[in-house]
Amino acid sequence: MNITLNNRPESFDYDSLTISEILKLKKFTFKMMVIKINGLLIRKPQYDETRVNEGDDLQILHLISGG
Amino acid sequence: MNFSGIKDRLKHKTVGIAGCGGLGSNCAVALARVGVGRLILADFDVVDETNLNRQYFFYHQIGEKKVQSLSDNIKLINPATEIKVCDIHLDEQNIVDIYKNCDVIVEAFDKAEMKQMIIETLLEQLPQTPLVIGLGMAGWGDSNSIHCRKSDNLYICGDETNEISDDRPPLAPRVGIVANMQANTVLEILLKK
Repeated sequence: MNITLNNRPESFDYDSLTISEILKLKKFTFKMMVIKINGLLIRKPQYDETRVNEGDDLQILHLISGG
Repeated sequence: MNFSGIKDRLKHKTVGIAGCGGLGSNCAVALARVGVGRLILADFDVVDETNLNRQYFFYHQIGEKKVQSLSDNIKLINPATEIKVCDIHLDEQNIVDIYKNCDVIVEAFDKAEMKQMIIETLLEQLPQTPLVIGLGMAGWGDSNSIHCRKSDNLYICGDETNEISDDRPPLAPRVGIVANMQANTVLEILLKK
């Protein structure tokens, strides 16, 4: 499937993946994140069951301390 | 638009400042200087000597509540600014009530989990209100890595890379750049409307 990940085109050799699977494939090990699919917020407890499909716009924002 | 026109546009605007540390104090001062009419300041903390390397407070204010000190400092710069102070620990229960009537909200927390809390809460409960966050400003140098980008109604200012640590403390120049970049983004949003 082809999706948009953080405003860039991204391809995976699967028809559909959960958010947790994408995080593993991309080796994203961030502790604090905000994740949206097509503008809709997905909270952490839903990462295992929420699927990303062809054409989806996935935003993964990595939060770091400082201010 | 000349400065008088800008002030006319800004004087009826309300901006929420969530956290009054390095980002919040400097951002609020910049917004008050240009004439934003009303600021809602929230923080639970008191001024500490270690804050003075970057935050808009003075030595004699050590030990005072940050919201009160910041309000005092802003009044010295622009007495016309209307300020609401909330001496409170912001959380997902109170944040919507405090900031629901703002034209723009500025996230100015230090901890990543607080940044996550405000983004997730406002995304769900105040999705129409633009939120300007500061993300990544520790250390010094490398000014060109600091940027601003937009994701729906969320505006992200910072280098998105440099987290604070013992070897990479938050310091006035880079924190000031990001705080003023947040203020600049707020202006862009307010003057566009």
